[in-house]
Amino acid sequence: MKRKSKFVLPPKYILMILTGICIATILVSFTFNISGGPLHTAAGYVFIPMQEGINTVGTWITEKADGFKNLNEVMAENEALQKQVDELTVELNTMNLEQYELQNLRELLELDQKYPSYEKVAANVIGKDSSNWFSNFTINKGTNDGIEVDMNVIAGSGLVGIVTEVGPNYATVTSIINDTAKVSGMVTTTSDNLIVNGSLQSMSENMVIEFSNLNDSDNEVQVGDPIVTSYISDKYQQGILIGYISSMEMDANNLTKSGTITPAVDFEHIEEVLVILDKKQKAENE
Amino acid sequence: MRRKVTVFIIIVVCYLLQTTLFQALSFASITPNLMIIVVSAFGFMRGKTEGLYIGFVVGIILDIFSGNTLGINALLYMYIGYFNGYFRKMFYPEDIKLPMLLIAGSDISCNLLIYFFFFLFRNRFDFHYYFLNIILPELVYTMLITIFLYVVILKINQHLEVIEKRSASKFG
Repeated sequence: MKRKSKFVLPPKYILMILTGICIATILVSFTFNISGGPLHTAAGYVFIPMQEGINTVGTWITEKADGFKNLNEVMAENEALQKQVDELTVELNTMNLEQYELQNLRELLELDQKYPSYEKVAANVIGKDSSNWFSNFTINKGTNDGIEVDMNVIAGSGLVGIVTEVGPNYATVTSIINDTAKVSGMVTTTSDNLIVNGSLQSMSENMVIEFSNLNDSDNEVQVGDPIVTSYISDKYQQGILIGYISSMEMDANNLTKSGTITPAVDFEHIEEVLVILDKKQKAENE
Repeated sequence: MRRKVTVFIIIVVCYLLQTTLFQALSFASITPNLMIIVVSAFGFMRGKTEGLYIGFVVGIILDIFSGNTLGINALLYMYIGYFNGYFRKMFYPEDIKLPMLLIAGSDISCNLLIYFFFFLFRNRFDFHYYFLNIILPELVYTMLITIFLYVVILKINQHLEVIEKRSASKFG
């Protein structure tokens, strides 16, 4: 059985061989966009149950600790929320008017259901990316629950990200604040398109993400306007809220604008997410 | 066999802690890098071969769950384990300065390479910002954790070596 025990390969050759293997897998996953299936299955069954367990305990402790939250803090928060309620009420009134108008227009266009109610599945966040450079996280549902790569992930009312890898009992979600993420967005007020880029720097400095390529020649887009996913994107479903414009300036080319968006989702404290089971590509093919 | 299982359990535990507990204990959304401590520590305690194998396994686990291209972290951590193996001859269990230095060096070089390959190539030129806000805080936090985790890994390794020596002398 132990034929190899006499012969020991020097470390530098092992290093070279494994380097070759790594480069090969990198190239393969770059070109074919696949990544080790059985590895995911195996890893999923080793890590996911334990991550879930730790999270259950963690959530329980956090809940207990939150119970002792300072009364002052709660009161201050209440005040802030009250202010927000006032603001939102005003906003809601305008919205109602617009909704009424929209209803009429839709009836005219016979578009009674523009946004079909997507089938969703709820999942818990059980682990975050191990490095400080990226904002990916792991959720506790996978192919067993019908999740596939490229499905959109939302939390509350806002877009969180997209499924980039999936195993039988877990899925990895790349969030829109991830430095490499790009989402095609649209200003709801004017239907102008723009590109939303995740940014590590602006996210950790001001809790905002960046946008660019907004073509707004009439200067109609205002700070505070909501941004939703656009109809152009081939991966993101149309009309999911991304966030609100928080600042904006003209680019050096004097044609397009860029600026920052405050995301609709609190990315620091995501615990539960909803995965939309309808994929955009599939929906279009049918 | 015993060693392989033990090391794998250490890797699994560190990975789980890093993705769950330390995410909750993060300061300004910076978490320590436990995996680099494990890879680096086994590298200089056990030599190049074991260092590169452990680095490879750690990297593969990180790759699987990170959603990035499979193999990049494996490559990175493998080389870190390998180069730490060069310091095996200088390593004494009583001395904590060299391990601290090596782990610090590994953490910095790992992050510099990540910055170089994943950020600089995408026109994120503000190195100063990333250094001060990501690399440096992670280094400090990792060093803080090293003081505890390194001692644990060292004790486990010494225990394993004692057992291995005993069973070797039994057969030899």
